[in-house]
Amino acid sequence: MKKKKTKAQFRSASDIIKRVIQYMLHYYKIPFLLVIACILITAVATVVGATFPQKLVDDYITPMLANGSNDFSSLASDLVQLACVMAIGVVTAFAYNRIMVNVSQGTMRHLRDDLFRKMEALPIKYFDTHAHGDIMSVYTNDVDTLRQLLSQSIPQIINSVITMTATLVTMIVLNPILTIISILTALVMLSVTKNFSSLSGRYYVHQQVDLGKVDGFIEEMLDGQKVVKVFCHEEAAMADFHKVNERLRNSTNKANGYANLLMPVNANIGWISYVLMAIVGAILGINGLAGVTIGTVVTFVGLNKSFTNPITQVSQQINFVVNAAAGAQRVFDLMDQEPEADEGYVELVNAKEDRDGNLIESSTRTNVWAWKHPHKADGTITYHKVEGSLVLDDVDFGYTDDKMVLHNITLFAQPGQKIAFVGATGAGKTTITNLINRFYDIADGKIRYDGININKIRKSDLRRSLGIVLQDTHLFTGTVMDNIRYGKLDATDEECINAAKLANADGFIGRLPDGYQTMLTGDGANLSQGQRQLLAIARAAVADPPALILDEATSSIDTRTEKLVQEGMDALMKGRTTFVIAHRLSTVKNSDCIMVMEQGRIIERGTHDELIDAKGKYYQLYTGNFAE
Amino acid sequence: MKKILQQLKQYKRDTFLCIGLTALEVIMEILMPFVTAMVIDKGLEAGNLPAVYRFGAVMIVMAILSLIFGALAGGKAASAASGLSANLREAIYANIQTFSFSNIDKFSVPGLVTRMTTDITNVQNAFMMVIRVAVRAPLNLVFSFVMCMIISPRLSAMFLIAVVFLVIVIGLIMVVTLKIFNQVFRRYDDLNASVQENISAIRVVKAFVREDHENLKFSKASKMLYDLSVKAESLLAFNNPAMMVAVYFCIISVSWFGAQFIVGGTMTTGDLTSLFSYIMSLLMSLMMLSMVVVMISMSLASIRRISEVLNETPDLKDPENPVMTVADGRIDFDHVNFSYKHGSGKNALSDIDLHIKSGETIGVIGGTGAGKSSLVNLICRLYDVDDGSVSVGGVDVRKYDTEVLRDQVSVVLQKNTLFSGTILDNLRWGNPDATDEECIEACIAACADEFIDRMPKGYQTKIERGGANVSGGQKQRLCIARALLKKPKVLILDDSTSAVDTATDASIRAAFARQIPGTTKIIIAQRISSVESADRILVLDEGKINAFDTHENLLKENEIYQEIYHSQLEGSGDFDQPA
Repeated sequence: MKKKKTKAQFRSASDIIKRVIQYMLHYYKIPFLLVIACILITAVATVVGATFPQKLVDDYITPMLANGSNDFSSLASDLVQLACVMAIGVVTAFAYNRIMVNVSQGTMRHLRDDLFRKMEALPIKYFDTHAHGDIMSVYTNDVDTLRQLLSQSIPQIINSVITMTATLVTMIVLNPILTIISILTALVMLSVTKNFSSLSGRYYVHQQVDLGKVDGFIEEMLDGQKVVKVFCHEEAAMADFHKVNERLRNSTNKANGYANLLMPVNANIGWISYVLMAIVGAILGINGLAGVTIGTVVTFVGLNKSFTNPITQVSQQINFVVNAAAGAQRVFDLMDQEPEADEGYVELVNAKEDRDGNLIESSTRTNVWAWKHPHKADGTITYHKVEGSLVLDDVDFGYTDDKMVLHNITLFAQPGQKIAFVGATGAGKTTITNLINRFYDIADGKIRYDGININKIRKSDLRRSLGIVLQDTHLFTGTVMDNIRYGKLDATDEECINAAKLANADGFIGRLPDGYQTMLTGDGANLSQGQRQLLAIARAAVADPPALILDEATSSIDTRTEKLVQEGMDALMKGRTTFVIAHRLSTVKNSDCIMVMEQGRIIERGTHDELIDAKGKYYQLYTGNFAE
Repeated sequence: MKKILQQLKQYKRDTFLCIGLTALEVIMEILMPFVTAMVIDKGLEAGNLPAVYRFGAVMIVMAILSLIFGALAGGKAASAASGLSANLREAIYANIQTFSFSNIDKFSVPGLVTRMTTDITNVQNAFMMVIRVAVRAPLNLVFSFVMCMIISPRLSAMFLIAVVFLVIVIGLIMVVTLKIFNQVFRRYDDLNASVQENISAIRVVKAFVREDHENLKFSKASKMLYDLSVKAESLLAFNNPAMMVAVYFCIISVSWFGAQFIVGGTMTTGDLTSLFSYIMSLLMSLMMLSMVVVMISMSLASIRRISEVLNETPDLKDPENPVMTVADGRIDFDHVNFSYKHGSGKNALSDIDLHIKSGETIGVIGGTGAGKSSLVNLICRLYDVDDGSVSVGGVDVRKYDTEVLRDQVSVVLQKNTLFSGTILDNLRWGNPDATDEECIEACIAACADEFIDRMPKGYQTKIERGGANVSGGQKQRLCIARALLKKPKVLILDDSTSAVDTATDASIRAAFARQIPGTTKIIIAQRISSVESADRILVLDEGKINAFDTHENLLKENEIYQEIYHSQLEGSGDFDQPA
């Protein structure tokens, strides 16, 4: 399987480039056609300019020398014409360079936007199974490799192809036999280019793999750098690093070494072909064979040079092309990931009661929410009030198909009830909450929200109806106010402040230098763990969802802040159906039902008192803690 | 820049070889047109076949020589550039190894990784380009100009005009774009930061259904980057046309004046043809130089970022004549003040005066930010004090050889890490020479043996990166075992049993008392149960010592201690589970 993939990578380098070009054309077809047209005109101007010296000698200087004329007027008018052609060439050259800036930068911008949009649509599973550094490097390393390709290599290649074609036509018209030598040379150069670039391409792949290894090594070791220090392990770490680093140096050296060969080899094949051309031409010319004159030979050796030069130039670009193909491969790998599927059709809508007491949809915000449930069978639409009852019915789940981590989970939560989960790390508490908001899909069984199978509910609406406070608080760059408003984008400042008050966050926010307008950067690095949690609670509070998922933080917060967090959480839970992964006894005690989990199963359930009386696992946990 | 080039070291030879070989290659290239002129003038035009053969043979020999020089130069360039980048990575990594904790705190891990990969690759490519072109372009430039001067000093004035024009135009473009590029890089960092933020907070984004909101935010940032990049690069779009203007100017003026000179008899046709080819090569080298400038300027940002790490000097240094033995586990804090940012006035610890006898067990308790971790970090000199002194075994920690000190003062960090490798590999971090038996013994003391024995491969079980395949409590116990293997005189547990259930926690402490009675033990914890059996308990509050006494006395007299004790009894304590 893995082997097959590397092989596929080799085969598809040109496919990938093709895809990049298609992607570019999708957004920039007309500008790109314009670029080609401009390059064409520029190339013509270049050829005219380059051949003019020959014309000057043949048409003016030689005749003038011959007849001793001193009349430069026709030369002057020809030069003016030439200047005009050149001016057009300069203008079109600027035009294509300038347009290409928009095309290449624009393509990269679209690529970034599409990548990001795609990333946001990916299932949580993708993020759980891929190193974040790897995803990051698609944006930082891989998109950038395309810059050179788009802005330089592609125009250069087009230019070269046009020049080569124009020269080839001229050569064939002049003398087909001598043209054969040029074509043969070109073929040799192309095959050399192909062989060297596939050689260096292979080492470029090695290089990327080794680079990845160095990347991984550094990341792991630097993450634990403090441990390295404490154990005085610096020298051993250096020795290990040297090994991976040396491997990378080796593959980089080989990849670049082969790539660097291309230019001198091709350039000198060009010279050798020049000599061949001169010799063959001279033999033919001197013997008057095949209609070859000395004049044609002189012109031909020049043309031959301008025929082979573009190949040398293109081969200089091969480095960038191979590199870009490797980068684009990773970009498209991410783009081709399956997005999160959503076949739900039940929607969350604002509702109000009509005169008969029936729920009807409302286009304005009413703070009454209803599930809009279209029935496929008879085409009718029914509305259920969102109340927040949640039922898990014999649910099985595994992150992979062959290993189930949850077994036969069955539980009922009435609207407003509080369900606590306790149990060891890895018992499956967090996993259950991941299923309710469909971060992951269950393998077997059913989950019903207000009696509706959650698979039928549109994912976005399902998640909107569930508030969540995670164990690790993540904040976004922006003001404190922005971060609270994240829960409800159209919330007024007042709503946000009220939410902060409810969450007990208002106090510390008031003490921040700019209050609610304080800028948070780097995931809220300037706040303490407890303060970040308070903000997360406020963020959930402003969303005002009927049901909540809380993952209590285990990390140590000082007693005073912890009290604030506790009170904030309690205020938030009031009147809402809550699933809480509990670490604090007070939370557990106040729950309507406690689920004790072990190895993916619920082994005990009941209220605190019931479970204490049962003298089972919960009793052990409880007493182990406090009655040593 | 200089600092970067110093890292060439053993690859200096390859660099100079590359430059020398390129020079030889260029000489071949410069001579080539002479020989082609011979082929045409003496051979073809004269219809002299032997001359064609003769000069053809010379050309082929030259081409082969030039190929050999070029190929060798290319190889040396690759070797020098990849060597430079390998040395740079090694130098950065080595420098990071000398960093103290406060140096480490300054850099983020992703930041360091980018420096060691992307940035170094940029420098490597720029360097290779420079050593290959740096000789070629100036040599070509000078030589072509000299040839022009020889052929026709009068017409050379035209080149001078063209060259001056190009230098001014390209120079102006460079200066302006460089400034904009600096801004571009900053925008770029912002954009990456926002991607980073989204990746790590993806659960929040999805839970609040904020995908569209984030998309909008991102596309705004990416639009800004686009606008700025277009601004910078559209200036660069003038480069090529400017070059063409210069070339065309030369062609037209040389055609015009050249024709007159020839007709006037002061120049030959051959001269004119040669002039044209030198114009081209002259302007080409200018263009190449401008490309080098672009390359260098674009890698300048990378160079700056790399130098930042290379120039970072560790702020802890070993003394000149270090003390190489630690007498015992006595610890003395003598009126210590400490802050993470020296001179910021924000003290993490103020006036700590503390004396711990060898072999004592000390509990440390206090809220977040009370200074518990700061306090113990000073003992093994992970940071230096601002005022006062910390002594271990009666000697100031600043007088010890750091390695000796840290071998004798073993600390289990709060944020601890296991590394990929087997359990035994990880344990042997504590003592590379430890036998299997010693490792097992340490695990028994840390109560880690019970779960290791249950693993299918036992002590040979592979730990995944960062210890992802063991639970929090198991990880903590492995870390304790690892620290025990050092057989230290002082053992510090910084909140290291928080994920371990209370019963196991107690038996670990019992094992300590039994097996390492002579070792001074300092235990930081949130749970009263973890510290109540200690000889003395230190209560810290806002960086100051609030009390230092036994459990019983504190319970009677200390307000903070009482508060914590009661809050844990009342049930807002940690409802923890056996792992």
